[in-house]
Amino acid sequence: MTGFFALGEEKADTSPKVSDEVKTTTCYMCACRCGIRVHLRDGKVRYIEGNPDHPVNKGILCAKGSAGIMQVNSPSRLRKPLLRTGERGSGEFKEIEWEEALSLATEWLGDIRKTDPKKLAFFTGRDQSQSLTGWWAKQFGTMNFAAHGGFCSVNMAAAGLYTIGGSFWEFGEPDWDLTKYFMMFGVAEDHDSNPIKAGIGRLKTRGDAKFVSINPVRTGYSAVADEWVGVRPGTDGLFVFALLHELLKAEKIDFDYLVRYTNAHWLVIDDEGAADHGLFARDKDGNPLCYDGKTKALGDASSADVSPVLAGEYTLEDGRKAVPAFNLMAARYMDEAYNPDTVAATIGIEPATIRRIAAELAEAAFDKEIVLDVEWTDWAGRKQDKMIGRPVAMHAMRGISAHSNGFHTCRGIHLLQMILGTIDVPGGFRHKPPFPRPCPPGPKPAGHTIAPNQPIDGMPLGFPTEPADLLVNKDGSPKRVDKAYSWEFPLSSHGMMHMAIHNAWKGDPYHVDVLFMYMANMSWNSTMNTSGTIKYLTDKNEDGEYKIPKIIYSDAYHSEMVNYSDLILPDTTYLERWDCISLLDRPISSAHGPADSIRQPVIKPDRDVRPFQEVLLDLGVRLGLPGIANEDGTAKYPGGYPDYIANHERMPGVGPLAGWRGIDGDQHGKGDANPKQLEKYIENGCFWSEAFTPEQSYYKHANQSYLNKAHAMGWIPNNKPIVMQIYSEIMQKFRLAAEGHGDIQPPERDRQRVKEYFDPLPMWYAPLEDETLDKKEYPLHALTQRPMHMYHSWGSQNAWLRQITAQNRMFMHSSKAEELNLVDDDWIWVTSHHGKVRCQVKTVEGVNPDTIWTWNAIGKKRGNWGLDKDAPESNKGFLLNHVISELLPAKGEKHRYSNSDPVTGQAAWFDLRVRVDKCTEAEAAENVTWPLFDVTPPLPNMAPSPKTVRYGEDFKSEEHSGKSGGTHMEWVGNRHENATSGTGVRDGYRNSLKEEDK
Amino acid sequence: MTSLPAQPSKKKLGLVVDLDICVGCHACSVNCKEWNTGGHSAPLTDQDAYGANPIGVWFNRVHSYEIVQDTGKSWTVNFPKSCLHCEDAPCVPVCPTGASYKRSEDGIVLINGDYCIGCKLCSWACPYGAREFDEDAGIMKKCTLCIDKIYNENLEPQYRVPSCVSTCPAGARSFGDLGDENSDVSKLVKARGGYDLMPEQGTKPTNKYLPPRPRNAENDANGQQAKLDSVDTSGANVIARWVDKVLSR
Amino acid sequence: MHPAKSVIAFTTATGAGYGLLIFMIALNMAGLLPSDATFALLGFGLAFAMISAGLMASTFHLGHPERAWRALTQWRSSWLSREGVMAIFAYGPTGLYGLVWYMSPETLATPLMMAVGLVGIVSCLITVYCTSMIYASLKAIFSWANSWVPASYLVLSLMTGALLCDLFAYAFGFSTTVLDIAVLVLLAAGLLVKLGYWKYVAQTVNPTTPETAIGLPTAQGGKVRVLESSHTEDNYLLKEMGFAVARKHAAKLRMIAIVAGFVAPVFLVWCSSILSDSIAVYPLYSAVFVCAVGIVVERWLFFAEAKHAVMMYYGENS
Ligand SMILES: Nc1nc2c(c(=O)[nH]1)N[C@H]1C(S)=C(S)[C@@H](COP(=O)(O)OP(=O)(O)OC[C@H]3O[C@@H](n4cnc5c(=O)[nH]c(N)nc54)[C@H](O)[C@@H]3O)O[C@H]1N2
Ligand SMILES: Nc1nc2c(c(=O)[nH]1)N[C@H]1C(S)=C(S)[C@@H](COP(=O)(O)OP(=O)(O)OC[C@H]3O[C@@H](n4cnc5c(=O)[nH]c(N)nc54)[C@H](O)[C@@H]3O)O[C@H]1N2
Ligand code: SF4
Ligand code: SF4
Ligand code: SF4
Ligand code: SF4
Ligand code: SF4
Ligand SMILES: [Mo]
Repeated sequence: MTGFFALGEEKADTSPKVSDEVKTTTCYMCACRCGIRVHLRDGKVRYIEGNPDHPVNKGILCAKGSAGIMQVNSPSRLRKPLLRTGERGSGEFKEIEWEEALSLATEWLGDIRKTDPKKLAFFTGRDQSQSLTGWWAKQFGTMNFAAHGGFCSVNMAAAGLYTIGGSFWEFGEPDWDLTKYFMMFGVAEDHDSNPIKAGIGRLKTRGDAKFVSINPVRTGYSAVADEWVGVRPGTDGLFVFALLHELLKAEKIDFDYLVRYTNAHWLVIDDEGAADHGLFARDKDGNPLCYDGKTKALGDASSADVSPVLAGEYTLEDGRKAVPAFNLMAARYMDEAYNPDTVAATIGIEPATIRRIAAELAEAAFDKEIVLDVEWTDWAGRKQDKMIGRPVAMHAMRGISAHSNGFHTCRGIHLLQMILGTIDVPGGFRHKPPFPRPCPPGPKPAGHTIAPNQPIDGMPLGFPTEPADLLVNKDGSPKRVDKAYSWEFPLSSHGMMHMAIHNAWKGDPYHVDVLFMYMANMSWNSTMNTSGTIKYLTDKNEDGEYKIPKIIYSDAYHSEMVNYSDLILPDTTYLERWDCISLLDRPISSAHGPADSIRQPVIKPDRDVRPFQEVLLDLGVRLGLPGIANEDGTAKYPGGYPDYIANHERMPGVGPLAGWRGIDGDQHGKGDANPKQLEKYIENGCFWSEAFTPEQSYYKHANQSYLNKAHAMGWIPNNKPIVMQIYSEIMQKFRLAAEGHGDIQPPERDRQRVKEYFDPLPMWYAPLEDETLDKKEYPLHALTQRPMHMYHSWGSQNAWLRQITAQNRMFMHSSKAEELNLVDDDWIWVTSHHGKVRCQVKTVEGVNPDTIWTWNAIGKKRGNWGLDKDAPESNKGFLLNHVISELLPAKGEKHRYSNSDPVTGQAAWFDLRVRVDKCTEAEAAENVTWPLFDVTPPLPNMAPSPKTVRYGEDFKSEEHSGKSGGTHMEWVGNRHENATSGTGVRDGYRNSLKEEDK
Repeated sequence: MTSLPAQPSKKKLGLVVDLDICVGCHACSVNCKEWNTGGHSAPLTDQDAYGANPIGVWFNRVHSYEIVQDTGKSWTVNFPKSCLHCEDAPCVPVCPTGASYKRSEDGIVLINGDYCIGCKLCSWACPYGAREFDEDAGIMKKCTLCIDKIYNENLEPQYRVPSCVSTCPAGARSFGDLGDENSDVSKLVKARGGYDLMPEQGTKPTNKYLPPRPRNAENDANGQQAKLDSVDTSGANVIARWVDKVLSR
Repeated sequence: MHPAKSVIAFTTATGAGYGLLIFMIALNMAGLLPSDATFALLGFGLAFAMISAGLMASTFHLGHPERAWRALTQWRSSWLSREGVMAIFAYGPTGLYGLVWYMSPETLATPLMMAVGLVGIVSCLITVYCTSMIYASLKAIFSWANSWVPASYLVLSLMTGALLCDLFAYAFGFSTTVLDIAVLVLLAAGLLVKLGYWKYVAQTVNPTTPETAIGLPTAQGGKVRVLESSHTEDNYLLKEMGFAVARKHAAKLRMIAIVAGFVAPVFLVWCSSILSDSIAVYPLYSAVFVCAVGIVVERWLFFAEAKHAVMMYYGENS
């Protein structure tokens, strides 16, 4: 550049070479799955940026995604298969060859398959290949399979899928473009990380909408909300019902919407004590009945021609009484029990606030009605000349989900949405394809019978609709090791991974032989009761054999879970492998249309690691699993995972990827396998997406054009409209069983519980942990939030991200701190009924005064993740999980239920109640967290982590490119929205101007 | 050269940060680090990267604050901060070597790493803490406004934008010529009342911050909270009204 | 600000060195110091040693000492550059004066040498002024950006130089009342300047506050609290500018600076002026020693107590 003695102004090189090549793929620094452009230079990653053409992120990239370079270069990457040599937990391993590793796994698994396949418990974590892993488990023949959804957000998924045919989670999104009132419940980050941020930014920039965040904590999204409602944790249900109370009493109800799209008018049999009490009255063809106000007679509630009435009591043909579901619902929430004056104190806000928000909701929904001039045809074939929108959008996540009353609260939110007529309408909440689906979608959980060397009769996870669908033995005891689909947790449609280790250890309901896990740090941050779980994993029988005899685990990094496994199958990083983000799994579609995508390897592994999916298929061949191995034992997909992605068919014409199917690649959705499919994806930036026509874009549950398309694409079994369920007959069926009806009834112990919690209408009860605890002894609620720049436990190995947060404090309202005589950085004990943890305090204003919170998953075990034994993550950072119990407090009787939602089995992370005590001076002087664990030794041949990282120094060009430099671009954030609300700023496409605008 | 350009450049490239929508996600910081660690000032060294005291060079850091009024009312703001490319940049004239300079063509303040002796004086002169010393390389480093990206002829025009700007998920960052009052960014600043940080320091920052918009008020003009009027005080009566309400599907 | 040892050594040692040069030359020109070669050798030798060591020390903290020559190029704008240029320039006339004093003292009285001496004195003063302006020109550090800073650098440089000179004069038996008085006056002046500086800093309000730093709440009348810092661990800014001394601690150190730097030396200088010539030098040794301690403490405080504007972003109040 400049010689040693040169003087004068630098001529900065404005056009240095950036990369040799740019490859597209899909980010996996989190499950949001944004499209990325990876700049490669000399085979190394020079720069990762968002792919502007990608439907998920449209060019933006979050902090995690931007730190991909440090992820794929992490010193904690596993290098080779490992076999445990020391005691479990000692962290001592030896490296073995892949052949040995796979033979060993085949031997362990083969033995089980030949005898009792359910002795394999296969649980996967943050992966996005559940359609493969679940199918593999099915072919293996075990029903003991689940992914992490049971401890994550099954309350959202189940409540949504059983109520509106879609769900918050990542299956739907607010209509960011049109909404006028956006309510967000309990979200710190969300699965839809980037779309949510983009949406909030755009909505606020538009300036004509109000954004209300309901959250005990005011950070991140809540910080930019127009209004923050700092509720007490676990009380959102009351808040929602109080809003309903106000809306119903003021008749702010979208009656038309309710009768057209929900079961509000369906008649519910009122015959206390009868076996069909509380079920829908049906005609002899099974059609639901309603009362027709015109004919003054009972009519087919599902017909287009009835004129239903929503209130009153009617006589059925058999002389019994029946009441419209709406009437039952309205009567419940108009009760004084849900008057804002009654509930406000429990929620911790003013009654006037509830009343105002109810008024604002009504105003937004009804006075700010949107009318789009879009013609469409409804399910009954009736032409509509416009689309009416009620621009109130809602979104909710784990603040609702991670409570033991979350299923009902989430149903309550959906009810609120339905009353206001805002689901899948312009300005409301919008489904993402393949949703909506029937409530609930099929199939039912499989695995009622298990037989040696036999696949089970369907996919392990599904949606029960009646007691017969439960996986229980004759005596009502659970069939699955995690007790999913048992009477304890009937609708646990994502399984209960958080109980698998405890139950397998305890042998309740039985022991397993092999625990096989993938991509889940289950000994650490994704488990409740971390220390206890470590004990379960390392505990032995009297004969010296481990209670959980064999543990196989696939991770890509030296996580804590590696310490507690016997056989480690090292995975690649996300830039080194093929992946498939399928519509059969967790889709990346947006409300604008379906989408799926792939990952392609963009860099070569420098270690002896293999993609887990390849390994799984390899094991499948070795085990001779049908569908994976041919009859003659050869591989069905000799090309490995990419071969499977392109050629596997789940149903005729339906494969993992929807784009470019058919031999010529001209079919989308359904079609024959296309051997060149992956090439097509790569050409298109590694994704496929399709836009709905305007007429397909809303009212999808009842929109003929959409329903036909969805049926043709294979998303729904037929093109019948999807009826939303304000009243859940399915819930009532379980309740009836508990009340003594039918052949399949809960065992006595669970009877009362099922009866109580299977209310067909949304209900509220205090979080279950509260019931048994003395609230004076444990006066505070304790929560975690996800940091936007960290993904669970992966983030801390990242040299860049860990600098932002390498330790976590306990945030506490300044008034509470004053009460407890605490100032910033003081060491405190946080004690729950279950245990205690030591940490430091930070005082804040923006938190519900009875709530303390901290960042999730920052605490690490010493020596893991390539971190120094003195790293702040392990010595000052802490996990709240230490004080969260996986079981409810003992209540006299011996049996302790899981600390989970009694309907869905969702782990109730946020029900936690604690006490805070100041540490003594001596304790504080130790200046470390507690519990503090032993230092994990390094793995064989793992190089010590570098002291100094100078990544990028070799990208600096010695030579000046000599190019003078192109013109820069002007970029206005949210250009479109600024153009309409700011003065003078020109509108334009994304951030460049359209040619014609220039 | 170390003296500021005799005539302030007409073109004043800079950033505009919208505090109304910044969610504090740190994407701008990290993407900045990612681009720049292989760019003009490469590398952005991290020391003790996996150790007890990690310290790296960053050009952009995101803080968060609570603003507490005497009334007890408070709110939270997320606050990203990088070099403001000041017009009267105090970090430039203090530099004894000519390494710290302000480009006369577009006002970008840069450091010539080949000249810098690492005396740190410029970082003392900058009131905003926008300069960071690379202990390992022994030189000062700072936001380059992505000089090697915004003009880079090896990139298609749509990518010639600072990393922190194009990556921002919330769309809270804008980039352009703040010297041209007709530019879109200037208009945005004008429309939104964009302001300077520490104006009393006399640095005349080019970068501007947009304040939070007035939040959609909780009370109406009279300080009253809106509420709905019940059609009847009794729930049973309300339901009774609906018995005669015939709807069509 | 982080009180770097090298910077403390640099400012105190060069200050004293230039002060010593100034007094040697000035008193010699005034005929108050005899043209003794050994005296010149030791006096100038020590002064140059202190200046050179100080300058060397100042390059210790550089990231690239081998490029230090570049620091001479920007004298048009940079006080640091000016300081460097002046420091090098000052070697010329002062060195020449010293050399002549050592080799042919008789020529010192010529107009040419008188001119050289004068230029030497002025260049020393300018150099010290430049040093002070390195700090005084930094608006971002509120307690530095005022004229008390050059005033105290100049006075303390002269003061410490005069004290050293006095010690030499006594050691060689060349003591003069004029020098004694000058030392006492300068010690008093030093104390006054320092007290004035502290008073000024205490009484003037820093217009830069966390509120102006963020720029938001000024209109709404709120106070800014840090919710979370940008990084939980250390960074360069905090290491370099985040140094803070506790108020109590600072008060104690100020007392030490006052007593050791000014009050005790006054007493000791007075002692030696009333003691018989043979033993008068001993209190002066002590005076130099305690004064050195006091000035180092004073300089440490000058850095350590200075708050950088950037700390407003990290929760410090103005
Ligand atoms: N206190 C508290 N605890 C919680 C929560 C909470 O809110 N509060 N949230 C819960 C929720 S919702 C979830 S989803 C869990 C998440 O917790 P986990 O599912 O444990 O998630 P991670 O920590 O991301 O761990 C996943 C593992 O996958 C590994 N991994 C990363 N990339 C790859 C790869 O490419 N291949 C393979 N094979 N492995 C890889 C990582 O190294 C890590 O060991 O945490 C739960 N725990
Ligand atoms: N950056 C990043 N992104 C992630 C993840 C990550 O680890 N890092 N993890 C991914 C995963 S697995 C998941 S499950 C999602 C989860 O995404 P989120 O649902 O956003 O998860 P949390 O961070 O647990 O946020 C829960 C929020 O609910 C609030 N809350 C707690 N209790 C209540 C309550 O009773 N009522 C209300 N209204 N609010 C309450 C908390 O204060 C917190 O703000 O994020 C995904 N995205
Ligand atoms: S949100 Fe961030 S980490 Fe997640 S996929 Fe998108 S860019 Fe990657
Ligand atoms: S990327 Fe955007 S939203 Fe995120 S911290 Fe930076 S400016 Fe704020
Ligand atoms: S922000 Fe600081 S570094 Fe940037 S130009 Fe202004 S004074 Fe210089
Ligand atoms: S650190 Fe480098 S750029 Fe800064 S003033 Fe010193 S020489 Fe100039
Ligand atoms: S303009 Fe470029 S260098 Fe400056 S903060 Fe943004 S990304 Fe970093
Ligand atoms: Mo999750």
